[in-house]
Amino acid sequence: MKIMTCPVNGPRPLQEFVYGGDVTEMPCPDQVTDEQWAAYVFERDGAPGPHKEWWYHAPSGVWFIAERDTGTDEISNTYLYNG
Amino acid sequence: MADPIFIERLPAAGHEWIDRDQRLCFSFEGRRYGAYAGDTISSALWGNGVRLLGRSFKYHRPRGVYSMCAHDANVMLENGETLNIRGDTTLVEDGMDLTAVNTVGSLRYDLAGLTDRMSGFLPVGFYYKAFHTPNWMFPNWERMIRDIAGLGKVNPAAEWKPSPKGYDACDVLIVGGGPSGMAAALAAGRAGSRVVLVEDTRCLGGSLCYAGATAPESVATINSMRDEIAKLENVEVRLNTSVRGCYSENWLAMIGPGGMTKMRATAVVVATGAYEQPAVFRHNDLPGVMLGTAAQRLAHLYRVKPMQRALVLLGNDYGYGVALDLKAAGVEVAAVVDLRETIGKGELVHDVKTAGIEILAGQCVYEAHPAGGLRGIKGARVCPVNSDGTCISTTGINVNCDGIVMATGWAPAGDLIGQAGGRLNYVQDAAQFRPDELPPGMFAAGRVNGVFGVDARVEDGGQAGGQAAAFAVGKELPARRRPTDEIIAPSHPYPIVKHPKGKAFVDLDEDVQIKDIVNAAKEGYDSAELVKRYTTVGMGPSQGKISNLNSSRILAKATGQTIGAVGYTTFRPFTQPTTIGELAGRRFHPDRRTPIHSRHQAAGAVFMHAGAWLRPEYYGPRVRHQAIVHEVQAVRHSAGIIDVGTLGKIDVCGADAAEFLERMYTGRFSDLTLGRCRYALMCDESGVVIDDGMSARLGDDRFYVTTTSSGSAAIVREMKRWAMIWGLEVTIIDHTGQFGALNLAGPESRNILGRLTDLDISAGGFEYLGFREAVVAGVNCRLMRVGFVGELGYELHVPAQHAAALWDAVIEAGQPEGIIPFGVEAQRLLRMEKGHQIIGQDTDGLTTPLEAGLAWAVKMTKPFFIGQRSLKIVEPRPNVRALAGFVMHDSTVMPSECHLVVDGDEICGRVTSIARSPTLGHVIGMAYMRPDQTTPGTVIDIRVEGRLVQAEVAKLPFFDPSNERQKS
Repeated sequence: MKIMTCPVNGPRPLQEFVYGGDVTEMPCPDQVTDEQWAAYVFERDGAPGPHKEWWYHAPSGVWFIAERDTGTDEISNTYLYNG
Repeated sequence: MADPIFIERLPAAGHEWIDRDQRLCFSFEGRRYGAYAGDTISSALWGNGVRLLGRSFKYHRPRGVYSMCAHDANVMLENGETLNIRGDTTLVEDGMDLTAVNTVGSLRYDLAGLTDRMSGFLPVGFYYKAFHTPNWMFPNWERMIRDIAGLGKVNPAAEWKPSPKGYDACDVLIVGGGPSGMAAALAAGRAGSRVVLVEDTRCLGGSLCYAGATAPESVATINSMRDEIAKLENVEVRLNTSVRGCYSENWLAMIGPGGMTKMRATAVVVATGAYEQPAVFRHNDLPGVMLGTAAQRLAHLYRVKPMQRALVLLGNDYGYGVALDLKAAGVEVAAVVDLRETIGKGELVHDVKTAGIEILAGQCVYEAHPAGGLRGIKGARVCPVNSDGTCISTTGINVNCDGIVMATGWAPAGDLIGQAGGRLNYVQDAAQFRPDELPPGMFAAGRVNGVFGVDARVEDGGQAGGQAAAFAVGKELPARRRPTDEIIAPSHPYPIVKHPKGKAFVDLDEDVQIKDIVNAAKEGYDSAELVKRYTTVGMGPSQGKISNLNSSRILAKATGQTIGAVGYTTFRPFTQPTTIGELAGRRFHPDRRTPIHSRHQAAGAVFMHAGAWLRPEYYGPRVRHQAIVHEVQAVRHSAGIIDVGTLGKIDVCGADAAEFLERMYTGRFSDLTLGRCRYALMCDESGVVIDDGMSARLGDDRFYVTTTSSGSAAIVREMKRWAMIWGLEVTIIDHTGQFGALNLAGPESRNILGRLTDLDISAGGFEYLGFREAVVAGVNCRLMRVGFVGELGYELHVPAQHAAALWDAVIEAGQPEGIIPFGVEAQRLLRMEKGHQIIGQDTDGLTTPLEAGLAWAVKMTKPFFIGQRSLKIVEPRPNVRALAGFVMHDSTVMPSECHLVVDGDEICGRVTSIARSPTLGHVIGMAYMRPDQTTPGTVIDIRVEGRLVQAEVAKLPFFDPSNERQKS
């Protein structure tokens, strides 16, 4: 069982967390072509390596970002989103 | 009954594992045998002269003791209750009644033994090649193979035994209680760590327990280290416990006498030792051929004479010690066959010479001579050999013997290292793999680390323990220095001799031979992983413990690669066979119950699972169908009440609350006035419908929204994320578990509610889609006038602690009208009559609102909502499918949900909801179909179990199309 560090609650067992997908900023819907929008919605780079991911600490309702290497499953950093 | 067979053992020795004061009696294959307490099944049988202990999996070849520690799977038994009992390691219990698992008929006269003679017709990869042509035969082949190949028969009536699970934590976990593990425990314990030392046998000592002549001081060493460990209060020793798997970040699963423990260790010392590896030659699998350590275990631990006359085949000095042990156990050692051309000059070699044992250097065992229908051996042919396993001549000499003992090398028991993500590298001069890169917090010591001498192992373990203790407290690790070792190259690089007639086994579990691996290489399977899958080498119960290394050696030679390049197969849990029973949990199913649960029980509800929730499906004592009809009629003609406390219930507050809902939902909410509520539909970013509910305005900056029962947690989560990303001034408060809710529905519901509240609920005073906060039956209540079931109705939301009282009050107030509670099934039927979709049932993971008939709830003119941009792309295109209603007047064959709507060969859609409507008197349903089929009156075909049945498309809703009833 893995331990993950919630920026608010500290190290907690992985079962308390929910994965929320890759961090990808939404482009301005009015300024992109259909293809660019479709790429934002559907295309994610799943290649093993460093990724920025959304994670949610379910018992406390905290969303944060984790920097995780999906090849080695190493979490190098977790921090709160700031716009 | 006849007296049990019992043959007396070798004279008692201080270190033996049997208790001669306790005699036991057990049966094996219908015969009774005597044993001592402390005997394992294998030791007791072998001690009583039984040589045929099992049959192999594929060819049903006779098998006996091989590793004597379950590194092979030769001795697997069943007792009518438990399957695959490992004979090598399972203690004899008085009265046991055992049979071998892999036989047809009996072990002695196994009918399936014929497969051995047919083995020429069963080449490598035969599963893949033979049994798929012609394709239609495969099910028959499969049945036949399963009948023959099963390991034991499951007894479904066997008693269920609990398998407890526990959690634990320590600073340093040491896996393996041999000299290196004990030394690590002492070092880490003295440094102040909380240490758990795990040993899978019954006592500390590891290989020193049976080392005999190879380590004459071993018993004294064990005793003194054990006494030292006992003095340390912070070191806990767990015997008979094995670590089965290593998971992320040093989280290890171990199984011991008390069940499974999930152990989180800050640091782990892997001191798991080594698996002794067999030599490969013709008939190397027959009873009587065994590993050196197996002979040592028999002789030292159980005081069983392993054979009468032995041939010792060896590739290292350790084997000379084994020869001396055999001689000390009264075995006549016919000769020592040393694969090496130049024999060592060590003390053990010297002692063997002094003992007058003949040494044949640069020789190999070319083949064993079977005796008694393969049930044993009567001799062996010894031939000169090169270091690469090529025989210089095959004439050789014949040696009579009833046992061949092999001491040709080791493989590290590196399973946990591999599972944790560590790497092993092939070290040429030691001719074996050795841990190279270890993950943080994992340390290796002793034979698994390639250190073999007893003193060296103690030193290595001490260093590893010191490092682990330092790691556990975050200190800098002390330096590590590889100890000077006595035995430099304990493994022979190629103890493998091929024979034109084959039957030289690499893997005993799966009956994989040299030629199978060579053929696999020829067919292009050139890596360890591919060869494993194609030949099944290493796939049996022993998971390649004594076969993977030889397989890699053969593959390397066949493909001209180095062993390092061929590598080893991935180590996966479990390190030892683990039964489903050991893993099985307690069927722990947390149920969520609404605050009104006890009332449903009292009313005879039959419950169903809806996600985690338990909800009344219908209320007894009527049978299901009648109960549902009864409940539907009550709602249509009078009044009913349903518990809807499972809905997600969320307060959205803050200055930007309206703006937030505008973005989250497809509809418009900024213009929702105080005291009104509105249907709310949510899409994901691809424009697919994911949830719906009601949204009510509580104030300028305050809304109350409901979600589907199953979606509540995810919707709250998404709301919180978007609120944060958008930086809106909004707070999401999840009331799902804090509020109870009920829906009072039916033409009489206004009359009933009126008796409980002072609120003006007249048709004009509390209109359809109105929202009020008022006191009902003495409770502060949120009321919504909604019409999901298509009748006049009120949804009442109250704090959970008042929900049951409100329920009681409504039921009591409704007695004159004959109000009854209705369940989820009646609600589904009622809403379908009204043509209302259930998100998730009438939609799927690709459904847009445009297809689901929900376009009216989508305001594309808004500046933004989630999914809008995607819907803008989809909107101009014609729909591929559309949801529509249908009726069936002839319903002798009734479709079910998910039956397909077809048109000739084309699949047009599927049925999403279907039921017989008690209100309308015929079958109604909803289905996806081609948009051109949705015109009412169109006849569509639905495929039901291969037949086509016809349905007529009908306009939705089926009932009360002008909404008079719900708006009344």
